[in-house]
Amino acid sequence: MDVFFDTAPYSPGKDEKGALLSRRLFELTRRHYERCEPYRNIIDGLGFDLEKAGTYYDLPFLPVSLFKQLDLTSVPKEEIFKTMTSSGTTGQAVSRIYLDRETANLQQKALSKIVSSFLGASRLPMLIIDCPSVVKDRTMFSARGAGILGFSFFGTSRAYALHDDMSLDMESITDFFEKFGGRRVLLFGFTFMVWQHFVHEIEKLDIKPDLSQGILIHGGGWKKLAADAVSPAVFKKRLYETCGIREVHDYYGMVEQTGAIYMECEEGHLHASVYSDVITRDFHDFSVCGFGETGIIEVVSALPASYPGHALLTEDEGVVLGEDDCPCGRQGKYFKIQGRLKNAEIRGCSDTYAAGL
Amino acid sequence: MIPMPQDFSKLSVTLGDAGTIEAMPGIAALRPFSPQAVDFLNDLSRELLRADSGLGAGYSDVATFAFWCRKGSVMKMKEDYPNLESRLGKGIVFHSTPSNVAVNFAFSFASGLLAGNANIVRLPAKDFDQVRIITAAAAGLLTGKHKHLAPYLAFVKYPPDQRLHDYFSALCDVRVVWGGNETIRELRRSPLKPRATEIAFADRFSFSVLDADAYLDAEDKDAAANHFYNDTYFSDQNACTAPRIVIWTGEKKAEAKADFWPRVAALVREKYEYQPVQAVGKLNAFCLLAASHPGCLCISDDNALVRAELRAIDTDTKEYAYHSGFFMEYDAASLDDLLPMIDERCQTLSYFGNKEAITAWIMDRRPHGIDRVVPLGDTMNFTLVWDGTDLICAMSRVIRS
Repeated sequence: MDVFFDTAPYSPGKDEKGALLSRRLFELTRRHYERCEPYRNIIDGLGFDLEKAGTYYDLPFLPVSLFKQLDLTSVPKEEIFKTMTSSGTTGQAVSRIYLDRETANLQQKALSKIVSSFLGASRLPMLIIDCPSVVKDRTMFSARGAGILGFSFFGTSRAYALHDDMSLDMESITDFFEKFGGRRVLLFGFTFMVWQHFVHEIEKLDIKPDLSQGILIHGGGWKKLAADAVSPAVFKKRLYETCGIREVHDYYGMVEQTGAIYMECEEGHLHASVYSDVITRDFHDFSVCGFGETGIIEVVSALPASYPGHALLTEDEGVVLGEDDCPCGRQGKYFKIQGRLKNAEIRGCSDTYAAGL
Repeated sequence: MIPMPQDFSKLSVTLGDAGTIEAMPGIAALRPFSPQAVDFLNDLSRELLRADSGLGAGYSDVATFAFWCRKGSVMKMKEDYPNLESRLGKGIVFHSTPSNVAVNFAFSFASGLLAGNANIVRLPAKDFDQVRIITAAAAGLLTGKHKHLAPYLAFVKYPPDQRLHDYFSALCDVRVVWGGNETIRELRRSPLKPRATEIAFADRFSFSVLDADAYLDAEDKDAAANHFYNDTYFSDQNACTAPRIVIWTGEKKAEAKADFWPRVAALVREKYEYQPVQAVGKLNAFCLLAASHPGCLCISDDNALVRAELRAIDTDTKEYAYHSGFFMEYDAASLDDLLPMIDERCQTLSYFGNKEAITAWIMDRRPHGIDRVVPLGDTMNFTLVWDGTDLICAMSRVIRS
């Protein structure tokens, strides 16, 4: 794994990265096959033979929803260092992801490499667009809490912008703006939180903080904003008008593959780093889609050593735009997410909601 | 007369009106298979066949209902009931019909009418053309030639609402609930009159038993594949009657499978449309099954037809059932292999081969499930005995004199 961290996250080209990822992902497939019985049963059931696989494109992938239904780990219980859960709404099943120290370290290292390539090496004063309670229970991490803690590593003088009831913490933010206004700062939060509880609320106030030198990193998806017809362009424009912030980066990631996130570049494209990749697949036979073709997003990550989540079929649809030739200069694939797979209208007389996902 | 509370703003009455419903407790019951009901259904059948063909494309499910309710067919059903003289309808039947099947409501109210009752029918939530067509045809007849039957039929539509469930449940003598289980639970929160009864059609599980040798001997193998397609893919394999597991019996199983599945696959390729989320769902269903069942093998050329070869039939096998073209499959040495999975949730056994052997086996082993044994292709055919309940008897009463 060290070889991954010896290189800059967006420097290896297709061939170099392909060889590196294939080797690591084959190794992970073998490891999980040996140590995780349900995974072994599935892989055997799918008729997969590692000896016959050429590249990581050939590896079997698990549907990401499987982690909501099964406990899948490849380490003994006593080595589990923390358990992460996805942030489902009440009553919904959540994914449970079991991390040992090794995997947690790999995740933090990869995240650090990726994010510092955008932020620079030094830590920045950080305003978290969320409430402090979301990171309280450190043994059970929700996706939101995990994201915040992961990114907190890049911040100093961390402040939370919201109270636990999601109202603006005026004391906290005015203090932050007074101390760090006009300087390079890091803002971090979930896209919806930033929009609903920050942009909207600051707009109502009679203040215009100067965050012109700041950088905002946000993630978590556009579902709620898309429902209100808020496009990324509108999101960025309103942020700029509210606090002068120009550097805004979305990211794509999921609790099932924490660490290896896909950052949005200056061109508005999501980028795969050396630690991971996206493959779009045709739903008819899961064959690989060409660039420009919409498909189901598969994500592979070199990091999951303690659970068999290194190759996952997501419930998102998207399109790979190209590889190694984004105008921003980063190597690797760049892509766009087009949203969740649409629910199907299923016939029949049972209470069936789209495919039971 | 039970006045309807005025604030039922969510309720729309699409056949009859609020007054029809309010007056129902005061009208006389009908006799089972009353000439009025039989004639009305016969005219309805004629109207529907005309309306349906008039639409050009035609809805096969409307046509199926129309054929089912024509006089010849109804009189044939009546032959199963030689002792109706002392029976009368119970009074009012409230039908809650499934939201995602178009024509089920029609079979339900027709059964209620044939049993001799006034019927309040809660229509599917979804807007189906088929529902519109049948409602319009019935409305035409009930304002004209069959005016005298108008007090016996009201169609309503409303989103789930406890007060409306309460009102209709308190009004009826029989409540017919077409599931799933969630809907049944929801309606059971609304009390019935002390003497009222309920017929609940819950989520069920169905499977096929195909005799490999009989299949290989069959002249028209395409017909068998076509029947199977209609039993499954036509309803996204999600009707209670749709087989989720295919059991092979006989000697030449491998040969039969190698012939049968490609024929089904060809039909699927030609006719079946599905969404990406269903493809992912099928992969997920297989992974869930395989994770705890070593040796279970996935057979699929593409995601339209996914087979999961089982090593054994267990009590939990049916928990892994999925829809949209996901078939668990098992080579049985004897029908006794199936016993572990057969409980009260098992509904339809569809077969290709020897029916007598299957029914003899059921009567010999007497499992708690399996209510229907029908040939491949007939799984969706509605009969007055459904899910083990005789609807005419359950919705009428006997007068002893």
